[in-house]
Amino acid sequence: MVAQNVAFWIVAVTMGAAAIGVVRTKNVVHAALFLVVVLAGAAAQYILLAAEFVAWVQVLIYIGAVIILFLFGIMLTRAPMQAEGTLDNDQRWPAAIVAAGLLAVLIVLLVDAFGGDEIKLSDDLLEVGRAGTVGNSIFRDFVVPFEVVSMLLLAALIGAVAIARRD
Amino acid sequence: MALNQFLILSAFLFCTGVYGVLARRNGVLVLMSVELMLNAVNINLIAFSAFGRDVAGQVFALFIITIAAAEVGVGLAIVLLIYRNLHSPDLDQVEQLKG
Amino acid sequence: MLRNAWLIPLLPALSFVGILLFGKRLPKKGAELGIAAVGASLVMACIAAWQWIDRVEDALGSGGGEEHARGLAAFGRGLVASGEGEHAAVEPVTRSVTWLQNGGVDIGVGISIDGLAVMMMFVVTVVSFLVHVYSTAYMEGDRRFTHYYAFLSLFTASMLLLVVADNTLQLLVGWELVGLCSFVLIGHWWEEKPNADAAVKAFLTTRVGDVGLMIGIVILFLSAGTFDIQAINTQAVDGEIGHTLLLVASSCLLLGIIGKSGQFPLHTWLPDAMAGPTPVSALIHAATMVVAGVYLGARLFPVFYEGFSIDDGTVNIMALVGGVTIVIGAVLAFVQRDIKKVLAYSTISQLGYMVMGLGVGAWVAAVFHLFTHAFFKALLFLGAGSVSHSGAHHGFDMKSDMGGLRKHMPITFVTFIIGSLALAGIFPLAGFWSKDEILVNAGENGFDFFLIVGLLGAFLTAAYMTRCVYLTFFGEFRGQGQPHESPPTMTVPLIVLAALSVLAGFINATVFGIEKFTEWVEPTVAFPELVHAEFDGGKAVISVTLAMVGIGIAAFLWFRREELGPFRGLTERNAAARAGYRFLENKYYLDALYENVIVGSVKGAIARASYWVNQRVIDGAVNGIGEGATRVGRFAYDVVDQEIVDGAVNGVAVSTGQTGGLLRYVQSGRVQRYALMLFAAVGLLSLALLIFN
Repeated sequence: MVAQNVAFWIVAVTMGAAAIGVVRTKNVVHAALFLVVVLAGAAAQYILLAAEFVAWVQVLIYIGAVIILFLFGIMLTRAPMQAEGTLDNDQRWPAAIVAAGLLAVLIVLLVDAFGGDEIKLSDDLLEVGRAGTVGNSIFRDFVVPFEVVSMLLLAALIGAVAIARRD
Repeated sequence: MALNQFLILSAFLFCTGVYGVLARRNGVLVLMSVELMLNAVNINLIAFSAFGRDVAGQVFALFIITIAAAEVGVGLAIVLLIYRNLHSPDLDQVEQLKG
Repeated sequence: MLRNAWLIPLLPALSFVGILLFGKRLPKKGAELGIAAVGASLVMACIAAWQWIDRVEDALGSGGGEEHARGLAAFGRGLVASGEGEHAAVEPVTRSVTWLQNGGVDIGVGISIDGLAVMMMFVVTVVSFLVHVYSTAYMEGDRRFTHYYAFLSLFTASMLLLVVADNTLQLLVGWELVGLCSFVLIGHWWEEKPNADAAVKAFLTTRVGDVGLMIGIVILFLSAGTFDIQAINTQAVDGEIGHTLLLVASSCLLLGIIGKSGQFPLHTWLPDAMAGPTPVSALIHAATMVVAGVYLGARLFPVFYEGFSIDDGTVNIMALVGGVTIVIGAVLAFVQRDIKKVLAYSTISQLGYMVMGLGVGAWVAAVFHLFTHAFFKALLFLGAGSVSHSGAHHGFDMKSDMGGLRKHMPITFVTFIIGSLALAGIFPLAGFWSKDEILVNAGENGFDFFLIVGLLGAFLTAAYMTRCVYLTFFGEFRGQGQPHESPPTMTVPLIVLAALSVLAGFINATVFGIEKFTEWVEPTVAFPELVHAEFDGGKAVISVTLAMVGIGIAAFLWFRREELGPFRGLTERNAAARAGYRFLENKYYLDALYENVIVGSVKGAIARASYWVNQRVIDGAVNGIGEGATRVGRFAYDVVDQEIVDGAVNGVAVSTGQTGGLLRYVQSGRVQRYALMLFAAVGLLSLALLIFN
């Protein structure tokens, strides 16, 4: 138990710092790299929660593809490599207040609702996170959403091409 | 491990993402903040899935990842288009709907 | 007829309307209608007089129980048997209807026929009838012949209405109406400005007196509680009305008498009124209208008697006014060139006799003088008209148009002489009896001063009439054209009046013990007990002698001009005489006083002051109020409406706009702004949910 907690806390703090870095850094590329850290940390959390398949998919897709996309996007929009001016718009402080407010509310809610719940680590937890279990669930219980999502991907693909092409 | 740890972590990430969406000027950075928010939700889902021993949480997390990828693709295409027209990714200049 | 005496004024009133409506289409242009109406009234008046005499004789009891036959027998018997007869109370015959009621006061129209009324009716109808006949010839071819006759009728009706009145208001109505007719008839030839001016002067001067009359009537009403004349008289005699009230009332009424009857100081209108046609002068300004004042004094005599304390024998204002009038009228008659003006001043003087007679308590004498004077003065005026009518241009100037007419106009001459002698008071003509009676009563009642004044007046009267007669009928004819006698329609009335001038006096020939007039006319109810002086031979002789002396001196001055010697041309040589003459010529400068001083100051200064007050003060106030209202309105508009109300309305609109302007910033077109608001709302809502759940 202790090992997981320690691991959790290390990863959580790293993620938190990186997240703040994403939203506060003046360099766009640095923001993307901070995002990599957050995503990686999320994968680590998944492992801690015995969701191996999801963790692996997270790494593959997010870190492998999405970040690359972001970097391409940054490159194509000629965003300056260095910090140039400010990357924040004029509603920084209202946004901060709103975000903080939201956080406060959420924390209160969560503490109130799930005050003493524990995730028990046991063998059946490992059963839940197995690729086979996940696959079975997708292709049995959620096959329709699966198909729809694939349609969505197709549409997004075509859409992206259609939007972004030069004509 | 307490369930609340994960939940509070996810809440924190989510709110950071909210701040980023609201406060960032560059379109790509806004998209990145959206990714933050989505990941926060994912963590939430996985935590509950582990808590309730229910695989549906993980399935949803997978779907969300997929959709997030698609969304990033489309989103970046839009940002590219904006950039192409306004010669700057600055979202503050997108105010044609100004009343 | 006594109870139906209201017909007597009614007929001339109807003829007035008739003449106005279709007089022009009648063959005689309306004259026949007038003559017929007045003639009928005359007949009715005679009948009424007869019946009244009967009534009085019945009351006196001319020998118990015997039938009296009407006609001369009773008359003769009555003539002799009377004398010391006790005056039984003979009530006047009254009849009235209520005209309107107002606040508990009944105002009625009615008749009250007693001896005085009967006598007046007789006089008015006789003279009016004769004037109507006379005018057919005199006014022949006149530009407004029909109109003239219409107003003659109206005048007769009004005068009759006045004399039969049983209440003061009706009397006032008649009074004012005769004043109106006088105005119309004086100004008959109003195209010539002097005539119009004279008419206005007459009207306004009598108006001044009318103010007093109206106030007097009101005072009497307030003190007696009624307008009924008999009731007022009864209350006055019985002492129910306070002495001071009666004094005030009679003073006010005296003012009316002064105005209407041409007493000093309001006599100035009478000579100017001669601008009207001569028959009008004869009827209105000699015999009837001007005596309305005297009639008023006679009618309401108890008021005057008690008010002025006539029984005291002390000098009172009424007698004084009358006395002064006698003298100044007579003196002015001396300096007139115009024959009508001589007669006018003579009328003023004789009216003075009547008023003085009333003032000294000689009621019967004054009324008797009214009676006789009507006849011989009308005679004199008609005679003057006859004289002028024969002249070339109908002028009245004796010195330039007349002279030596006795040869050419014998009838006129004789009747004129008779009239003059009657006026002078020569025995046994009518004027002697009446004037003498006044003088005797004045002396008897202790008014010695007025006795002397009266005698002086008699002297002067005789003198100026002689002058007048000489200038008109003697000497050489100085006018143009061919003088000739007037037609019968003009001379017959002269003859009738001459006969009356001779005979009328005998009704009260006190020397023979005849006092018929007294018996028949003097009121027996609601009337103070008056002393009737016995015929005084001594005073009679004195007065006749004085008259003769007057005639003699005048005759000497005029008939024998060559022998005047030192008297000739006196006024040209002697400054004092000239000043005196000019003083008389200018009518004592009274006219100048009235017109220039009194009227002028009112016209000038007072009128200007009133105008100033009107323009500045009154108009200023009114304009100020208007101005103020306008300003308030403008303020209301500018401030209240424009600023406050509109401001509120506009303010709503503007604030809406401004709010919209503020809210506009919400729609910035920037997506992140919207996202911020979205998240903020979510946060707040969830907070609310958290708190309230």
